[in-house]
Amino acid sequence: MSTAPIITDGAWGTELQARGLAAGECPDAWNLSRPEAVSEVAAAYADAGSRVVLTNTFRANRIALEGYGLAGQVEAINRAGVELSRRGAAGRAKVFASIGPSGKMIATGDVTEDSLREAFAEQARALAAAGADALVVETMSDVDEAAIAVEAARATGLPVVGCMVYDTGRNKDRTMMGTTPEQAAARLAAAGASVIGANCGCGIEGYVAIAARLRAATALPIWIKANAGLPELVEGRVTYRMTPGEFAAHARKMEGVAYLGGCCGTNPRFIRALAESCA
Amino acid sequence: MPELRELYDAILNGDHKTSAAVTREAIDAGIEPMELVSGYMVPAMDEVGKRFECEDYFIPELLLSARAMKAALELLRPLLAASGAKSAGRVVIGTVKGDLHDIGKNIVGAMLEGGGFEVIDLGADVAPQKFIAAIKERNPQLICLSALLTVTMPSMKTTIEAFKEAGVRDGVKVIVGGAPVTAEFAREIGADGFGENATAAVALARQLLQAA
Repeated sequence: MSTAPIITDGAWGTELQARGLAAGECPDAWNLSRPEAVSEVAAAYADAGSRVVLTNTFRANRIALEGYGLAGQVEAINRAGVELSRRGAAGRAKVFASIGPSGKMIATGDVTEDSLREAFAEQARALAAAGADALVVETMSDVDEAAIAVEAARATGLPVVGCMVYDTGRNKDRTMMGTTPEQAAARLAAAGASVIGANCGCGIEGYVAIAARLRAATALPIWIKANAGLPELVEGRVTYRMTPGEFAAHARKMEGVAYLGGCCGTNPRFIRALAESCA
Repeated sequence: MPELRELYDAILNGDHKTSAAVTREAIDAGIEPMELVSGYMVPAMDEVGKRFECEDYFIPELLLSARAMKAALELLRPLLAASGAKSAGRVVIGTVKGDLHDIGKNIVGAMLEGGGFEVIDLGADVAPQKFIAAIKERNPQLICLSALLTVTMPSMKTTIEAFKEAGVRDGVKVIVGGAPVTAEFAREIGADGFGENATAAVALARQLLQAA
């Protein structure tokens, strides 16, 4: 690797489940009900070598929280999310706050661009007011929604990372809506992103090529948080078979990535492996 | 006399205004509804499916074509019903308990409607009891279960088990789909099939209901 990447963090949902989060429960609500557990996750990643930790605010936009009956708590959940990651990081890592998708689709008429704009602006303002160092628009399948979120995030004045999921098509190199890495890089940069990325997806193997294409498509720094392969069902349990060592070996093949971490199937052991082999 | 090829093109190109307009003209000209459906509309959706498989089309194109198909079908439905023609089948669809994601489920629902199925959408986070009540009250032939999260996949299994306990499993076909779902998982939990994507789900639904 040309220059050592900054190591970010890994999955949050599974870490919270390990601390007792039930299936179907809203993880973001734990920022208010189980703050010590949330702060522990950030601390575990900082211990493992993360120099950037995210926040437990992936679903904390009004539209997604509505499904859990929590639309009235946008401000409180986001503020607590930044504070808890800050506490867990304890000066060892910067806090980049997570903004995930609304869960509704513009193309099916389930949500309007205006309501998305309002929801992301409200979340971004709350995260910025709580002192986040940057905002990360992540796990987006629709570049139209991602561009709206990036614009809303950029309006706070903070740097913004804009990431899409590439999991569709013969080569798993397009978003669900058919957008290529090159198209997404251009759209997200135009919307005001300072870092362009890819996260989640079908496993880190395929993201080596995605990282190279993003790098060729933009002069902006690249952010990659891939999954640890695809989940398999082992004796009725959903399992990711990839080991931290294998994950780090794939990550080493990525050239010129500025920020490197993991998504589904990763945990602090994967981050430690990344920190030891890539930094 | 309307140019019926325009109906095929309108559906293929996702132009719902033209597809409705040509359908209206055709109805006024006394053309048999079934001729429109089987001669132009279904072939157009088949071509949409092929283009999706070949990656010429993605989800936005699928949704637009399904909307154009639905616009034409809605005009034809009263005539089809009056002539005794049956829908392709009645389907109950929902995202399983514990999972709030409904994008995938909505896309499959739209494509099934475009494929001529009658779709009853129970929404997201649907408890097994709610599916069972819908089976008893609405008498569907097919149940479609969706899940996006790996952690809610086991909920598909408990839903199918609840169908068995309630004695409704044998009366319906059950298919499953969603990002983490695989054919192997579908077999393991006792589903009748697995749809890799929305067009595969429609093909599977047709196949299962024809065999039934």
